[in-house]
Amino acid sequence: MSVETASEARASAVAPERVEAPLKGWAGQSVPRKEDKRLVQGEGLFVDDIKRHGMGYLHFVRSPYAHAHITRIDVSAAEAIPGVYGTLTGEEVAALTDPFFQISSPPGAHVKDYALAVGKVRYVGEPVVAVVAETRELARDASELVEVEYEPLPPVVDARRALDEDAPVLHEEAGSNLMWTGVYEWGDVEQAFAEADRIVTIKELHFHRFNSTPLECDAALVEYNRGVGQWTIYTNNQFPGFAAIMMGPALRVGLDKLRFVTQDIGGGFGNKITSHPQLVVCCLLARKLNRPIQWTEWRTDFHMSMSHGNERWFHDTEVAVKEDGTLLGFRTKALDDAGAWLRYEPLGGVIWAQVTPGMYRWRNIRLEFTQVATNKAPVSPNRGYSRMQHLWFTERVIDIVAHELGLDPVEVRKRNYIRAEEMPYETPNGCVYDSGDYARMLDLALELVGYDRIEERRAEAASRGKLLGVGIGSTLDSGTNNFGQSRLINPELQFSGNNEVATVKLDIFGEIVVTLGTTPQGQGHETTAAQVVADILGCSVDDVHVRAGHDSYWNSHAGFSGTYASQFAVTGLSAVKGATEMLAAEIKKLGSVILGAPEEALELADGTVRVKDNPEAALPFMACGAIINANNAGLPEDLDVTLNCRYVYRPPFQPPDVERKYGNLTLTYAAQVHVAVIEVDPETGYYEIVDYAAVDDCGVRINPQIVEGQVMGATAQAIGAAMHEAFEYDEEGNLLTPNFYDYHVPHALDMPPLATGAIESPSPFTPLGTKGMGEGGGAGIHAICAAVQDALRGHGDAIVWDSHNPYRRVWEMLQHPERTRELVEVKAA
Amino acid sequence: MATVASSKSITVTVNGTTYEREVPARKLLIHFLRDDLDLTGSHIGCDTGNCGACSVIVDGTLVKSCMMLAVQADGATIETVEGLAEDGELNELQRSFNEHHALQCGYCTPGMLMSATALLRANPSPSEQEIRKALQGNICRCTGYWNIIEAVKAVAK
Ligand code: FES
Ligand code: FES
Repeated sequence: MSVETASEARASAVAPERVEAPLKGWAGQSVPRKEDKRLVQGEGLFVDDIKRHGMGYLHFVRSPYAHAHITRIDVSAAEAIPGVYGTLTGEEVAALTDPFFQISSPPGAHVKDYALAVGKVRYVGEPVVAVVAETRELARDASELVEVEYEPLPPVVDARRALDEDAPVLHEEAGSNLMWTGVYEWGDVEQAFAEADRIVTIKELHFHRFNSTPLECDAALVEYNRGVGQWTIYTNNQFPGFAAIMMGPALRVGLDKLRFVTQDIGGGFGNKITSHPQLVVCCLLARKLNRPIQWTEWRTDFHMSMSHGNERWFHDTEVAVKEDGTLLGFRTKALDDAGAWLRYEPLGGVIWAQVTPGMYRWRNIRLEFTQVATNKAPVSPNRGYSRMQHLWFTERVIDIVAHELGLDPVEVRKRNYIRAEEMPYETPNGCVYDSGDYARMLDLALELVGYDRIEERRAEAASRGKLLGVGIGSTLDSGTNNFGQSRLINPELQFSGNNEVATVKLDIFGEIVVTLGTTPQGQGHETTAAQVVADILGCSVDDVHVRAGHDSYWNSHAGFSGTYASQFAVTGLSAVKGATEMLAAEIKKLGSVILGAPEEALELADGTVRVKDNPEAALPFMACGAIINANNAGLPEDLDVTLNCRYVYRPPFQPPDVERKYGNLTLTYAAQVHVAVIEVDPETGYYEIVDYAAVDDCGVRINPQIVEGQVMGATAQAIGAAMHEAFEYDEEGNLLTPNFYDYHVPHALDMPPLATGAIESPSPFTPLGTKGMGEGGGAGIHAICAAVQDALRGHGDAIVWDSHNPYRRVWEMLQHPERTRELVEVKAA
Repeated sequence: MATVASSKSITVTVNGTTYEREVPARKLLIHFLRDDLDLTGSHIGCDTGNCGACSVIVDGTLVKSCMMLAVQADGATIETVEGLAEDGELNELQRSFNEHHALQCGYCTPGMLMSATALLRANPSPSEQEIRKALQGNICRCTGYWNIIEAVKAVAK
């Protein structure tokens, strides 16, 4: 266990010791990142940095209406301007491409989704026409000359109204705004409610719309090679495997015609998974105009049109509880707002099930999931995707139950947490939590905020007229998806399992070169991969060159390659480990031939293969590389050595049981327990976080500093979401927070003191004992909601029912607690 | 539609090199640096002047280069992230960012470094609060700022 304790301002701020010569190995050390050297000099290569001769800049003409028929488009005035290279309309897209493949079963399956709006627009900001010109400025100006006539239609903005009889319908082909619905039930729910002493009901809970707003917007530079019919797509899309599967059939080409290249990506957080429509537009224009196409999204465009996080309502929740606070089960109805298109959806309708019971032992659960379309930007994965919404719900339930039954939230958690000795723990729906000790994490987090003195502090704050509140957020970060879960959404789908690829080779001058299929956006893959390689090959991390980014030409990718869903430490590093072990074995084979000693007598150390008992008899890696690649005459004919090894890691999964909606949906379960201490000004609702602790358990940490960095980032995003960030729409479907002016993300002055801690419960299921981590499960949102509710305890006893609690909402809760009190009821069973 | 016609010849010195270029009057300084001079270290993270990814130092003053036209920089001396390293060696602040893990994706980093550079020049011994204040115009979405603040603190005298 490692606990970093509080110093005055920023608790765990001590820089990890610099590693010179590791004692046990590179893995486990906070090796400073290899990536940083280029990035701190402005020498990173982000997409918008790439230039090509004769490239044209693309600008999108976007819909000003949330819902309207397109009656006429005239691009002639724009095309007449000197320097304008050309345009693309929805009509052309409909002729040249097929609609994107839909993941959903009917009715969502009937949606016809193209890269540009065809005949109709469905949200403000939807791309309608693309204009390409010689300069960014000209493209933007010319797009204003594109004439589009609309016939406005009434929009549906509130998901709760989307299924009303008279609701305007977005996708006529689907019949209504219902996109997907399914009932999940496990255990014996009726029996649980029969056995309960109390039933707590919660009429409505709301998880709001926001996303992680990576600082770099989406972008691409696309070239078309006419002779071979292949596109090269320099992009910051973070899941090329998915983009390829979407784009190939739409463009009517095989996947080999789509070469994806990424290097540095300015943050992703899931928000850069669904740029495939824009990439298709770039591809079509690169072919049509016979020139490279450059597209960089503007911030306002990003906010209006890309990757909002799933907004979700929970209705008619009922919780079965014993007198002592033992939780038996719950039932609820989740209503998910997909926005206008199903770009990755309705996968959110099953992804939550990875963490069905949260961290708790209740085994009787029923959840009716319904996803609807609304006239808002399409949703797609956002850090903590779909599990965060569900975990927020379970944490809210715990705290509301504790609040209403007068129980201690710490005690209720400890009574109901899955216990360390129950690991690996099979959840009611067949997921297997691999390892963990949640109660210990909670103790540690409480210790870090000085919980034993909290009542004293509450009194002290009260003496200053402030309301102190403490809140816990305990969540899971499930990682390494079993894509078989998509079959619970649509049994016809032929996806299952997962994979990632790495190659490791030894080149002529002894260079150790690693390639990966992943697309890191700041997670430090070059560094952690080098640590794993260096340990296996017995060399320094400085000797290992991990190529930056992703390139389809490296042949180091497979169907699920990318960086998303908390998996690199499992999928990526296991692939690296596999490939490096293959290489190590080959080096020994070669060493055995050259040194004339049996392989068992050899070891890899100091950048050589050498005889264990006689280190003088050594062959440097450089010699190995040179012999195999450039000096191989006379080697034994049967020597099966290339020193260029490719390994595909495939996690051990079975397809889930579709009938029972049962099976293991993810391989690892990292856990986080956060505790927030806040002080509320009862006059204004203004509040401040005065103490904050984040305890993480992601199994074996290859680079603790990088892990801590992920914890910090996830914490900051959760704080932002809980307090400030929301994509809010007016009744007409206009986004009210379309840029950083209105959408307040935390600044340096907003950050509270932070203490971090960690325990390591190695995963028994992964080659390195690691677990994927980084998403953080939204723990901070849960903790802050709980803290607000705690602060208001005895001051109207408002129930926190929304995940977004800006000061005005806290003020409203103080003024009108009864409006939230109406939402809950406790019944004797 | 705005007229695109007028352009002007400007002379700027960036990181010690003097450039003379013809630029459209409407071109933003950040686009001039990135697109015309190929100094792509400074980035663009917003369209409202809120994020600071484009921060550079113009005649000694910290400036968001998306909030300034290139023609306004005529005659100016500009410092960008590309000029921080000394003879190919990272300077103390850059090293500190590396050691403290003050960057993840690195997109905000050039702007952060320039803001911190301007702060440390004006105030070599800033308090933590002064550091936070000096960086409040720079958004980072990855790190939560804690490590950035530590990195700057570590080089404060
Ligand atoms: S790009 Fe200049 S402040 Fe955001
Ligand atoms: S490191 Fe990614 S925005 Fe700061």
